[in-house]
Amino acid sequence: MIALDNVHKVFNRGKANQVNAVNGISLHISEGEFLVIVGSNGSGKTTLLNLVAGSVLPDEGTISINDNDVTRLHDYQRSKWIARVFQNPLSGTAPDLSIIDNFRLAAIRTKPKGLSIGITNAFKQKVRGRIATLGMGLENKIEQPMGTLSGGQRQALTLLMSVTDTCKVLLLDEPTAALDPRSAGVVMETADKLVKDFGLTSILITHTLKDAYNYGTRIIQMSEGQIMKDLNDKEKSELTQSDIFSWFV
Amino acid sequence: MDFYLTALLQGLCFSGIALGIYISMKIFNIPDITTDGSFTLGGAVTAIMLTQHQPVYITLPAVILSGALAGAATGFIHTKLKINALLAGILVMTALYSINLTLMGRSNIPLIGISSLFEIVHIVTDPNSNTFWILSFFVLILTLKIGYLLKTDFGLAMRATGNSETMIRALGVNTDKMKIIGLALANSLTALSGYLLSQYQGYTDINMGIGSVIVGLGSVIIAETIINWLRITSIWVNLALVLGGAIIFQMVLAITLSVGVDSKLQKLVTALFVLLIVSLPRLSFKRIG
Repeated sequence: MIALDNVHKVFNRGKANQVNAVNGISLHISEGEFLVIVGSNGSGKTTLLNLVAGSVLPDEGTISINDNDVTRLHDYQRSKWIARVFQNPLSGTAPDLSIIDNFRLAAIRTKPKGLSIGITNAFKQKVRGRIATLGMGLENKIEQPMGTLSGGQRQALTLLMSVTDTCKVLLLDEPTAALDPRSAGVVMETADKLVKDFGLTSILITHTLKDAYNYGTRIIQMSEGQIMKDLNDKEKSELTQSDIFSWFV
Repeated sequence: MDFYLTALLQGLCFSGIALGIYISMKIFNIPDITTDGSFTLGGAVTAIMLTQHQPVYITLPAVILSGALAGAATGFIHTKLKINALLAGILVMTALYSINLTLMGRSNIPLIGISSLFEIVHIVTDPNSNTFWILSFFVLILTLKIGYLLKTDFGLAMRATGNSETMIRALGVNTDKMKIIGLALANSLTALSGYLLSQYQGYTDINMGIGSVIVGLGSVIIAETIINWLRITSIWVNLALVLGGAIIFQMVLAITLSVGVDSKLQKLVTALFVLLIVSLPRLSFKRIG
């Protein structure tokens, strides 16, 4: 589904502050796999995710999604396969646009944005139904600007938005880092449910070892731009939280 | 009374600039000052085409196109060459001064005795009211079109580009292209103001654009103050307030001149007035805090 082959990314090449963010990584993720990436700060996790998403283009190596070579494609060109949830709840939604406006844009992620009005009563009804499944009582506030909601609510809506259009790959970059424990729990459970319901191929970056332990079907540990450990579903299920913790010591 | 009618008519002429600045500044969050150049460009194209006996309905799309090209140039410099938007605007504005002067061939082209937009249609006999109705109709159509555009899927993508760039890129929008289109749209609206004002005042002058960006900014800031104060989210009310802002702005200038302020000081008064509106919310906020 997603294949990275010998991918390199260097920032500030040739300067004193040169960073080899991703150092020759090869990684194959099969369809329906839920990959969890752990690693200390600066280990290259986010760069790896940005390489998959296309917001960063590699210096060397190839990247393909669904057997399409996407190495030189920009993020907005890869959006036909990929939906993203960002670490910052503010990045995944437009604060001055209403909830329904945000959902409309998400619903046409893979399609051209044309000169017709897409927010019809039928569309509103459909979105209300979807939002009601979150149980946050937001279904009656769809005309409200996104910016008036809490971080947890926005992150949960971003997740829901990612599956309103056909979605193959879901990228979750520390989606709960800015949230309180209760909201974080709701967001992770929603994410896990969507991944299972829609059979999504997903990548989750997390610093929460509990989440790394509870979710996913494969786990990798990164350090200095390379993959240190790579455990499949069976090996992952035999891990304990303290095993994962010991990787960081 | 005529004095205020003139201010009202000028306000309507300037509503294109106000809508243009609203799109560049509020929708796209880009400080675009190509305005001074594209406004004169609109006037210059109008004067050349009309003096060559081209009808107003052919002049109109030519003006829109010229403004769009100016805006697209700024957008291209800003997005593709990664130059600060303000500097990109200044560069294009400066270049446009020479282009406008070359197009016009001299610094002033009178349009007396040429069949303008306000002379070919007769709704009422009084020329001033006739101008008022034509301008109102023109501005109404313009506002309806912009309002509709902002409600479409494309319009939503425009608004999201200025609001959350990471999000809209992840949703499949080429934001560079979007910004170029947005600045083209904003400056074609500005050029339309040049089209209207030239015909209204009966001449195009190479210096007519000086300070026009402030007229647009002032109008949008008046609107914004009310929008924030009343927490308005409707696009239609937003646009109506921007138009209102353009008219209020001209009214205030008319009042200052009517109370005897020297017309040489007009730009100073304009600048101080904009400063006042910008600082007003902050001043009152301080008193409460």
